[in-house]
Amino acid sequence: MASGYDRALSVFSPDGHVFQVEYALEAVKRGTCAVGVKGSDIVVLGCEKRSAMKLQDTRITPSKISLVDTHVCLAFAGLNADARILVDKARIEAQSHRLTVEDPVTVEYITKHIAGVQQRYTQSGGVRPFGISTLVVGFDPGTKVPRLYQTEPSGIYSAWKANAIGRSSKTVREFLERNHKDDLSRPDTIELAIKSLLEVVQTGAKNIEIAIMAPGKEVEMLAGEEIEKIVEKINSDKDAEANTRRAGRGGGGTAQGGEQVLASRPAGEGGAE
Amino acid sequence: MRGATILKANEDKTRQLNKHTLMAYVGEAGDTIQFAEYIQANIQLYSMRNSTDLTPSETSSFVRTELARSLRSRSPYTVNLLLGGFDPRTSKPELYWIDYLASCAPVPYAAHGYAQYYCLSILDKHHHPDISLEQGMKILRMCTDELKRRLPIDFKGVVVKVVDGEGIREVEYEDGGQVLAP
Repeated sequence: MASGYDRALSVFSPDGHVFQVEYALEAVKRGTCAVGVKGSDIVVLGCEKRSAMKLQDTRITPSKISLVDTHVCLAFAGLNADARILVDKARIEAQSHRLTVEDPVTVEYITKHIAGVQQRYTQSGGVRPFGISTLVVGFDPGTKVPRLYQTEPSGIYSAWKANAIGRSSKTVREFLERNHKDDLSRPDTIELAIKSLLEVVQTGAKNIEIAIMAPGKEVEMLAGEEIEKIVEKINSDKDAEANTRRAGRGGGGTAQGGEQVLASRPAGEGGAE
Repeated sequence: MRGATILKANEDKTRQLNKHTLMAYVGEAGDTIQFAEYIQANIQLYSMRNSTDLTPSETSSFVRTELARSLRSRSPYTVNLLLGGFDPRTSKPELYWIDYLASCAPVPYAAHGYAQYYCLSILDKHHHPDISLEQGMKILRMCTDELKRRLPIDFKGVVVKVVDGEGIREVEYEDGGQVLAP
């Protein structure tokens, strides 16, 4: 039990924890999953979509991926309502930055600002921390280098090649660690993002949302049919791989051969006894 | 060429507000840019927040409101504006004449400053609601020629921008030639 140290936000527990911040991280873990993957010249954001109820109008229900400025995109995991506030603060800062210095924000600058706001809400009275982690992606003005940052409720921010936040983010991150390579091409980057999401999204294409950013271009939200096509490709690739593996192991090569191996094993054990 | 009365001859006195709305401004030097960029930032913020652009008529209302608010403050902006835009929903071009007293009117053609005393009569005579871009450019040529002839101040030429369904583009405008009295 937390024994009273989680009452007020700005109070440490004796062993140095700020419990409210840790509870916020818990809210993030319960939020739907979001991934970000950098390729050699694009960066992709992928989101798990909650399955909509029968009467819900999905076309005008807000997305978990939002545009902060024309060249910066943000996905979050955690409390939707908190995210709206944070995204709006980021958008205002992006425009305010343009107004004062006549330059669009860099991705690092806006990430630092978002993380700064999140930090402030862990050290002020009468507030609670933002229950969200964010992935901020985009391109610095005039450059072609993709950027990917993560922020957390505590106000920590960090740069990544590929990362996941939210529900089962550990599984997805480990998948990305195994499969991410430097210099991914555009289709490979999109495929990796979708593949990694499929690790935790059982329902497949209709619960996935993909945003693609390329230098100097507007953000591109991948259409449902295109996601479906890629998911089908991933599935057929997986089947093909499984077949060749089975063929390699069985020697004979048919599924029947595999069954024979299984059937013979208990018999063999019986013989040993 | 710079001198006591000339600082810069080719300043672009327009700001793009969104994909299909352009605002031209004249007035007090500091006020114009400060106000135009403030409007620009807010219109862009609206686009980001709502993932849709304001139409030219909506934009004109916003600009007028801001000017009206400013007019009643301790230090009002002295900025006159022309707001040109293309409404993608109705596929129609629109033009709004706005002045520093926060008057706003949709008009078929407009001018601000000294120029209007020379240009409006030409526009009255030659403008029709359904003219093409080429005819429009021809009328513009008549206007700038008239300014060269009659404007008591040295005329430094114009920056010409076209707003249509494709967006906003600057067009070449040759205005070095000498203009003789008719």
